[in-house]
Amino acid sequence: MNNSILFAVIALSAIGAMSAIILYFVAQKFKVIEDPRIDEVEDSLPKANCGGCGYAGCRAFAEKIVKNGSMDSLNCPVGGNDVMAQVAQILGLQADEKDPMIAVLRCNGSRENAPAKIKYDGPATCAFAHNLYSGESGCPFGCLGLGDCVVSCKFGALYMDPKTGLPTVVTDKCIACGACVKACPRHIFELRFKGKKDRRIYVCCVNEEKGAPAKKNCEVACIGCGKCVKACAYDAIELKNNLAYIDFEKCKLCRKCVDECPTNAIHELNFPPRKVKPDGVEEQVQSPSAESSVS
Amino acid sequence: MKTFKAGGVHPPENKFSADAAIEILPIPKRAYVLTSQHLGIPATILVKRGDDVKTGQLIAKSSGFISANIHSPVTGKVFKIEDVIDQSGYKRPAIIIDTTEDIWEDGIEPSDKIEREITLSREEIIKRINELGVVGLGGATFPTHIKMMIPEGKNAELLIINGVECEPYLTSDHRLMLEKGEQILIGTAILMKALGVSKAMIGIENNKPDAIAHLSILSEGFKGISVHALKVKYPQGGEKQLIKALTGREVPSGKLPIETGCVVNNVGTAFAVYEAVQKRKPLIERVVTVTGKAAKKPSNFMVRIGTPISELIEKAGGIHENLGKVISGGPMMGKALTSPEVPVLKGTSGILLMLKEESAREKISNCIRCAKCISVCPMGLEPYLLEKLTFIENYEQAESQRILDCMECGSCHYTCPAGRPLLDYIRLGKSKVSFLVRNRKKQ
Amino acid sequence: MDLLTVSGSPHVYDRTSVSKIMWGVVIALIPAMLVSFWYFGLGAVVITLAAVIFCVLLEYLIQTQILKEQTTISDGSAVITGILLAFNVPSNLPIWQLFIGCLVAIGVAKMSYGGLGKNPFNPALIGRVFLLISFPVDMTLWPLPIANRLVLTDAITGPTSLGVLKEGLLNQETVPELMSKLPDYTQMFLGNIGGSLGEVSALALIIGGFFMLYKKIITWPIPVSYLLSVFAFAGILHLINPDLYIDPLFHLLAGGLMLGAIFMATDMTTSPMTINGMLVFGFGCGILTVLIRVFGAYPEGVSFAILIMNATVPLINRGFKPKRFGEVVKNG
Repeated sequence: MNNSILFAVIALSAIGAMSAIILYFVAQKFKVIEDPRIDEVEDSLPKANCGGCGYAGCRAFAEKIVKNGSMDSLNCPVGGNDVMAQVAQILGLQADEKDPMIAVLRCNGSRENAPAKIKYDGPATCAFAHNLYSGESGCPFGCLGLGDCVVSCKFGALYMDPKTGLPTVVTDKCIACGACVKACPRHIFELRFKGKKDRRIYVCCVNEEKGAPAKKNCEVACIGCGKCVKACAYDAIELKNNLAYIDFEKCKLCRKCVDECPTNAIHELNFPPRKVKPDGVEEQVQSPSAESSVS
Repeated sequence: MKTFKAGGVHPPENKFSADAAIEILPIPKRAYVLTSQHLGIPATILVKRGDDVKTGQLIAKSSGFISANIHSPVTGKVFKIEDVIDQSGYKRPAIIIDTTEDIWEDGIEPSDKIEREITLSREEIIKRINELGVVGLGGATFPTHIKMMIPEGKNAELLIINGVECEPYLTSDHRLMLEKGEQILIGTAILMKALGVSKAMIGIENNKPDAIAHLSILSEGFKGISVHALKVKYPQGGEKQLIKALTGREVPSGKLPIETGCVVNNVGTAFAVYEAVQKRKPLIERVVTVTGKAAKKPSNFMVRIGTPISELIEKAGGIHENLGKVISGGPMMGKALTSPEVPVLKGTSGILLMLKEESAREKISNCIRCAKCISVCPMGLEPYLLEKLTFIENYEQAESQRILDCMECGSCHYTCPAGRPLLDYIRLGKSKVSFLVRNRKKQ
Repeated sequence: MDLLTVSGSPHVYDRTSVSKIMWGVVIALIPAMLVSFWYFGLGAVVITLAAVIFCVLLEYLIQTQILKEQTTISDGSAVITGILLAFNVPSNLPIWQLFIGCLVAIGVAKMSYGGLGKNPFNPALIGRVFLLISFPVDMTLWPLPIANRLVLTDAITGPTSLGVLKEGLLNQETVPELMSKLPDYTQMFLGNIGGSLGEVSALALIIGGFFMLYKKIITWPIPVSYLLSVFAFAGILHLINPDLYIDPLFHLLAGGLMLGAIFMATDMTTSPMTINGMLVFGFGCGILTVLIRVFGAYPEGVSFAILIMNATVPLINRGFKPKRFGEVVKNG
């Protein structure tokens, strides 16, 4: 009995040792020689493998950046400037400072602002619903509210607000990888500057219809009146296809356009309350869903 | 009795309006004529605001190879050229015409007199079909004149006229065959001449014995036309299934029916061809069935294109208070409308009003791999697999499993015991795969 | 008026449902259940009831307490697992062992894979095989029919006909000599033999099978190819040496073959999807069953054969596609 136990132990150990030796030699034989800097760069990356940089994963990005020898147009949105500086140090390169970005939902067609006229009964994917029909509110540009963006977000930075029926961006978690921008069949999400103290101004609508039909479906649609274009002193607002667009690179966050907008389609976030002028004309503009979106 | 072999389902027929004779619906006060009523590129608008138009006048011109002319269905003044919602709720350009007294364009003969003599030559027939905007009235609205032009190297030997009407509820083709049988046969003879074929088969499912008997008797006076009764099975009205049922030939995957030497046209198209060629009448009206369990008086109407669907529903006795869905087309392949205010198009074969409980979907549960979807798929596909592949976004695999062969007949979702929206996902997968294929071709 | 609904076509459904299918199977199991009550009496009733209750309860608890999801016990699939597991054990099995079997069947073979529709192996068979390997003595003590109707413990037991055959052949006896020790075929057809609860009566199982065929719950390929391949393979062996190999009719009627071919191998979730695939699957089950019965250590091979073939199902599904419409036939 004792012998058999001993025999088993010896046999197993021998098999283990043999395997280890074989494995060692095979590993030596088939060793792939790589630039060691790739590993170093990869180690400094966040390893979220989100694809926000445009490459298949962090490894692919590290390979690309080492091979390229320069950091032009290569950026890890998850790591931000710190990580890129670190990578630059490893490679002895110069990293460009990039302004931090954030995903912005450009639709405010909540249940209240754009009441449903039809009921949708089908699979909860925006991609299919977009092919099928215009949307519960009838707005052919607005959010379908089925959450393809939420599914696409790997950072838990999006959730569906049950009250408004719209996806909501969690500011602290969003790293602007751009997955939601790609996932949305209606291209409602946009990556914009995060802004100092999270202050942002943007047109919260993507409806390209003329004023009347747009307003028919949604209280807070951009009607393409062009008042904001005239109000802007920095030439940052452009009116195209009945839709105003604020260029975030030109915008100086002066808030003049916000006051002008007749439908409250332009949202301002995280600004201090306005001083009420003596004649009381100016009031603070409420942007209902946007307030919650930055909390 | 003949039928196609693989797959198929038997949904309840519910042909409520089979005995309702075609009524002529009054001309609407305002007609909404969309410029994209056919498969292909939308037509180019020729009129402008304030123009006077006559019934049958060309108002939008074919603007590409796959496109079709559109004629004014009414007489009146162009009120506006504006985007209106189409069947899916998206905006499409349309010509809105305020109607006045009905005056037909010169040269059109609107009377009911039957014109039997076919005087035009082959080329003239195709030219006229093209000019007068005839498209396939079975639902796909493919421009008919393109079907008539046989590609080089191919040979047409048989014309098939589709009188199957396999969709439940719909009866517009059935009524047309009963009431305009002779015109359909003359139209068939015209199409035969245009194609240069000597044989035509009319396929009708045997749930319409009166239409089979009527056309069989009439067809004795026409050389080469025969009427065939088919066993009832959905989707027999699909082009490929009908060819299989009547001739036993299979259209190769990804190819057109002409590969088998067959050209398929709907009975409605045959009638439209007769009207266009013999009477110079453009395609400006069609038969539309208004039916369903939520319809008070199921009827068949002869309707001018551009009439708002709400007027048809009104005429059929209004709506039931428990209305769940308004569908353009049949219950298996039709499109649920977002609003009853959309106009009748060239391809609108029926308006189906469904009760809530009838149209409500089943609760979705796990796929139990019962393989019912495979056994009913008329194209021999694996719907459960295609759904899964689309869901996990493996489009390459979906393509190699022939997702593009799917004809969207809906048999899989109809039969699924787990209530899974198989066709919804397959459709999504198809759109993604065809996008990939297009991109590949571009490179 | 309420809002209109929009969804993709089709807009009509044939209103079958998973639960209708599952309860249909339960109905199809009733004849065999009644036969088992008739022959094995009280023990059979207790085992069947206990297995069903255990399975349903375990599924409910796992779904609500561990997975925190909506419970699906009303779809009847747990009931089927319970009945089938009960059908596969002797009527005097200790209840605590039965409970372990149910736990393995529902907990391990079904819920850990994601519930109904996702399990690669037949849950009841996994439960049965687990019990057979863990408690070989209790699982092979077969109470004799009728004699034990009112007995719950200390039943008079005897071997199954397959067991008699295996034992005899090992003792160098020949088949013709053994025939006298085996029950005659009429008794086997009716079920008046020792064995697991549900497997004894071929007649009752066939009635259930025809009911399921009529209701389109199962399709013909699997049972037919399974039974035919068993008959053919056993027949060939019998022709080669009638002294060593018993005639094929015995194989058809003995043991759990009917139960396996009609109720277990045809389980939708764990069987192939296409007709050709099903034929291959049934054929494989048949060959393996006979191989295990004739050449293996166990007298009965149905459970193992079906479980082994279950493992090949993904491969079969990959290899055997339905006939595509318009498939371009390659010439030469």
